[in-house]
Amino acid sequence: MKIDNRLRQIYQWLDERTDLKKVQALLLHKTVPQHKHTVWYYLGGMTLFLFTVQVVTGILLLLYYRPSAEQAFESVQFIMTEVKFGWLVRSIHSWSANLMIFTVFLHLFSVFFLKAYRKPRELTWISGAFLFFISLGFGFTGYLLPWNKLAYFATKVGTEIAGVIPLIGGFLLDFLRGGTEVSGATLTRFFAFHVAVLPMTVTLILVLHLYLVQKHGMSRPLNDSTLRPLPDMPFFPNFFLRDVLGWTLALGILVALASIFPWELGEKADPLAPAPAGIKPEWYFVFMFQTLKFLPAKILFMEGELAGILFFTVLFILLIFVPFLDKKANLGVSSKPFVTVGWMVVAFILIMTLLGYLL
Amino acid sequence: MNRIKLLLILTWLLVLALGYRPVFSLNTCVECHKALDEKNSAIVEDFKKDVHFQRGLSCNSCHGGNPKIGMENPWESMNPDQGFVGVPKTSEVPQFCGRCHSDVEFMRKYNPKLRVDQEQLYKTSVHGKLLRKGDKKVATCISCHGVHKILPVSDPNSPVFDVNVPHTCANCHANTSYMQPYKIPHDQFEKYSQSVHGEILLKNRDRSAPACNDCHGNHGATPPGLGDIASACGECHSNNRDLFDSSPHKQAFKENGFPECATCHDYHLVMKTSDDMLGVGDKTVCSQCHFDSESKPYRTAFQLKAKLDSLKNSIRLAQNLVEKAEKAGVDVAKAKFELNLAKDDVIKIQSLIHSLSLERVAEVATEGMNKAQVVQQSGKEALFDLKLRRIGLGGSAVIILILAFGLYLKIKDLDSRSKLK
Repeated sequence: MKIDNRLRQIYQWLDERTDLKKVQALLLHKTVPQHKHTVWYYLGGMTLFLFTVQVVTGILLLLYYRPSAEQAFESVQFIMTEVKFGWLVRSIHSWSANLMIFTVFLHLFSVFFLKAYRKPRELTWISGAFLFFISLGFGFTGYLLPWNKLAYFATKVGTEIAGVIPLIGGFLLDFLRGGTEVSGATLTRFFAFHVAVLPMTVTLILVLHLYLVQKHGMSRPLNDSTLRPLPDMPFFPNFFLRDVLGWTLALGILVALASIFPWELGEKADPLAPAPAGIKPEWYFVFMFQTLKFLPAKILFMEGELAGILFFTVLFILLIFVPFLDKKANLGVSSKPFVTVGWMVVAFILIMTLLGYLL
Repeated sequence: MNRIKLLLILTWLLVLALGYRPVFSLNTCVECHKALDEKNSAIVEDFKKDVHFQRGLSCNSCHGGNPKIGMENPWESMNPDQGFVGVPKTSEVPQFCGRCHSDVEFMRKYNPKLRVDQEQLYKTSVHGKLLRKGDKKVATCISCHGVHKILPVSDPNSPVFDVNVPHTCANCHANTSYMQPYKIPHDQFEKYSQSVHGEILLKNRDRSAPACNDCHGNHGATPPGLGDIASACGECHSNNRDLFDSSPHKQAFKENGFPECATCHDYHLVMKTSDDMLGVGDKTVCSQCHFDSESKPYRTAFQLKAKLDSLKNSIRLAQNLVEKAEKAGVDVAKAKFELNLAKDDVIKIQSLIHSLSLERVAEVATEGMNKAQVVQQSGKEALFDLKLRRIGLGGSAVIILILAFGLYLKIKDLDSRSKLK
């Protein structure tokens, strides 16, 4: 009884200063629509959970990681062999990064096909699209940090692609590499992006994204009239506990993956050594890499590679503006051509990724 | 007229732009020999590729005469009064080439770093000595370097380019009938080709391996004497030579007239060494001389091999453990590095064997065993770590599953209370 009183006093003290009751009311009154596609609502929360894992394991890795060409590989090796549970932390960080990008892809396409970007959630979509690009940026910059052979040459190829862009290509290449070649300077830059620039940016956009999600609530899919009879689910605790259940299982999968398949470190990068055969970027870049490989040397008046880069740039810009392009969605009608294009993009990504690994 | 001048200047500039290439100006030797038979015209063509011609010398630089005259009567240019010396006899070839190649002042103008003692060295060689005795079959300068198409030694097409030397020597030394009067073996090339040196040089084209001249000398070619073999081999294998010199074998071989290194490793058929050569047993080289099991050398041979084998066994055990851990996904880079240090000790012992010092071999073997034991310990720890990981994984999986099941029950309970599906 005494403890209850004490807790109530603390709650009151906090409420007077932070309006806790309002937050509590918001949580208790927040509901989530129930229908046959409700399962897709968990992907955002899952991505957020994996992102949190990334932040925690990333901070732990930072305690030992040294961002220089001379010491990076050795420091990761030290983490893997000497630091207690270092192997687990690093493996979870690597696995979680890949799973997070996977859930980001799923989240993006589920929102696209459920048309959850329509008014008034345009800004939620746009902020989400930027979070997607930043996730890829995290992957690209983090891949180089162990300074191993594969990462070195994959970064070399990746930055070369950026260098093809007309006008700004040369500058971009220099800016990314910190010189003409991938070197210790590139590693330092990538490290700065990975642990400072991108986290800061992602935090700002993520706060906006989450605020907008809370403000507008979950979107209902179009034509769900048949499911109307189902009552909405309270966010707290019903939906939240489901989220926690998903996170618990995700944690279990992460620990199992990290223990059974510890993330390999490979050989130390040697800029003077010949590039190993079959250089490939991380799986989430393979569809773009494979497309560029398939393109002929010349397309009309421009180089094939450049045309490919322009194609993806346009695709990404269109992705940002989806809510404004799909005008029918705002009228509550599903646009068949729009859905078809969406499925074509999914098929394109899947086929190109598969070909990238098979050929 | 101005146009002609301009044309001439342009032509001249074009020549400059294309770069200077030596060309025969009107030359009686060339004109006549070209017009003679096929063999003579081939000489002219060959000479265009010759290093001497490339450096600005011409026919008369060696053969004398005056190539600027005698277009109507060639004998005028080949008149001894014009300094014509013609073709030297075989016995005169070394002096013929030596007129320039032994002249420091002259050679400095063309190649300051080229040695000028070839003629002197040749005189000390078996070839040179026999030549002086009137043997015209022996090799002279032109036998190895060619006659009118002499290429720099660094040219891969030169017969004296490292990789080509064994073939060049074999032209005579592998010719049974040609070598018959000298009563020396003619299987050197065949043996050399099968040797570790021949394989590296001839098959891998790795110029770090020795060709004939690296052991026998170039111009002063001669077989090393019995007591000089270690010096010849020691040019490359200096560590083993020093160890051999400090061993009891040095004196014993000398007294018994054994050819030092070649006693165990052969002459031209130097095979890749193996640890099977060591110790006691029918196939070992030690047992070729030391077959009395009661003798001290026999026991030493046995103990030396035993030390080496123990170290190798210890390394093998450590390697198995490390590989097992690596296959299971544990990072064993540090252990592998330490394992390589122990492997280095095996190489050290393989070399130290030449000293026959049981004490020195035992010292290195102990060091190596200690390193291998550290690696074995690392391997065991890695495997134990792996076991712990699996136990940890199982434990965490159970906890997570219980937690997940608890959550599931709670959700079910909440749903039934709020009548949700």
